[in-house]
Amino acid sequence: MTMQIADTVSLSASDAKAREKARAAAARDSLRTEPPAVRIAIITLAVLFLSVFVVLPLVVVFAQAFSKGVLAYFAALAEPEAMAAIKLTLIVAAISVGLNLVFGLVAAWAIAKFEFPGKTFLITLIDLPFSVSPVISGLVFVLLFGAQGYFGSWLRDHDIQILFAVPGIALATTFVTFPFVARALIPLMQEQGTQEEEAAISLGASGLQTFFRVTLPNIKWGVLYGVLLCNARAMGEFGAVSVVSGHIRGETNTMPLLVEILYNEYQFVAAFAIASLLAMLALITLIAKTVLERHLDEGQDVNDH
Amino acid sequence: MGLTLSWLSIIILIPLAGLFLKSFELSPEQFWNILSSRRTLNALRVSFGLAFAAACVNLVMGSVIVWALVRYRFPGRRIFDAIVDVPFALPTAVAGVALTALFAEKGWLGAPLAALGIKVAFTPVGIFVAMIFIGIPFVVRTVQPVLQDLDPEIEEAAGSLGASRWQTIIRVILPSLAPALLTGLALAFARAVGEYGSVIFIAGNLPNVSEIAPLLIVIRLSEFRYADATAIAVVMLVVSFVIIFAVNRLQRWAQSRIPVR
Repeated sequence: MTMQIADTVSLSASDAKAREKARAAAARDSLRTEPPAVRIAIITLAVLFLSVFVVLPLVVVFAQAFSKGVLAYFAALAEPEAMAAIKLTLIVAAISVGLNLVFGLVAAWAIAKFEFPGKTFLITLIDLPFSVSPVISGLVFVLLFGAQGYFGSWLRDHDIQILFAVPGIALATTFVTFPFVARALIPLMQEQGTQEEEAAISLGASGLQTFFRVTLPNIKWGVLYGVLLCNARAMGEFGAVSVVSGHIRGETNTMPLLVEILYNEYQFVAAFAIASLLAMLALITLIAKTVLERHLDEGQDVNDH
Repeated sequence: MGLTLSWLSIIILIPLAGLFLKSFELSPEQFWNILSSRRTLNALRVSFGLAFAAACVNLVMGSVIVWALVRYRFPGRRIFDAIVDVPFALPTAVAGVALTALFAEKGWLGAPLAALGIKVAFTPVGIFVAMIFIGIPFVVRTVQPVLQDLDPEIEEAAGSLGASRWQTIIRVILPSLAPALLTGLALAFARAVGEYGSVIFIAGNLPNVSEIAPLLIVIRLSEFRYADATAIAVVMLVVSFVIIFAVNRLQRWAQSRIPVR
């Protein structure tokens, strides 16, 4: 309010030239915008669409989860089956995020800092799990490690269980979440170039020292960003895990799989209670992502100057 | 370094190569018989047809959302901007049960729609709705940065040279956004074709009517009909490859069109 008054005062106090300038700017702006009716219609349409297709489903999860009260909600979460699913989900996410952190760092480092034949092919390869159906990602591991699979008989002879057990779930999840860390880091590392590393090496630092003292600090926000998205997908992965898990109750059910089972058994409160935990994970991930994006933007601005 | 890289590509390549190897164990005739069976054809038709329709809706609505988010200021704009990513972040199974609860006959939206005689859940319309849900961020997030970076002077020039606002949008802005729009369309389509979790709850999963291809793969696997599952998967995988290739091409096209400032 005070700002507005100040504006008016300064405008009336200023000479005609400034007023002319403002009018010209307004005229230019009017070339780049639409009549108010159109503007309101577009905003309404966008807000309505997002509310119906995105906000409402999110609200429904919590409404259904608490439909029988808070006690029923917590009782559903305290079920041994639910606890087992939560534990398994955390273990699997830890494994696949850990693996993909290493893979992603190596892949991004190689792609951003070195030239080698087949680079574009490698980039395409990294993106592949994004565009392949999660069901197919699960299927490939069944074909490899299943009873009739390529390594199936060898695994049976050596008494190693991959499919329908934790290793299979972790493998499928790792495969599906493979691109996140690498994708977050490649553009960042490319932009930063190799000058700082070259300087470090020429000053006598070893390769590892250079990586941990120079490269890593430069990309820490990017790493965090990739890990965040990787973790969200790892905990929520359904299709691929569903194919390889075997749905052994209390043993190989992750949280999303338990949601499916409970839902199909018409245990809606329990299903939506687990679902609400996953929805909260998604919301927290989004908030953290927004914060991290601000950090990443700031980092870029600093580089620009 | 070279060792780690080859190791890396092996992690992705071996499983996929296994899939293709498995499909080569089939004779072309067997392969064809599996694909041309009525149930497979219908599943592929449902998946590809509805995914394309949903991607088109996403293209239009995504453009509207991008326009509102980039060009206008309204209360809650930042929140809605963040909300666009929910379908990315929300686990697909959660989206599936939520959409089903919402559009079921007694649901918040399903009840009024049922009163109008429109049944969404457990019909192909439900699949369509789920595919729209999961595809929306792809269009918005690919087009948004391009519209943000669009040079305002081009529009001003068009306007001051006498073009109407509508002409400017169609002849000046739309062509600049075209590569991004097409990329968004392709990404939304690719995601919708392969989508499983958010679709199977709301689909009804009636063979030949509302059964999507990924679900048919899962069904064939549970029947131990690995050949059938592999054949369908190979077709879908080839389509994914084509889409990735097309998107890469689109990106190169977009880069070559950016004027040097």
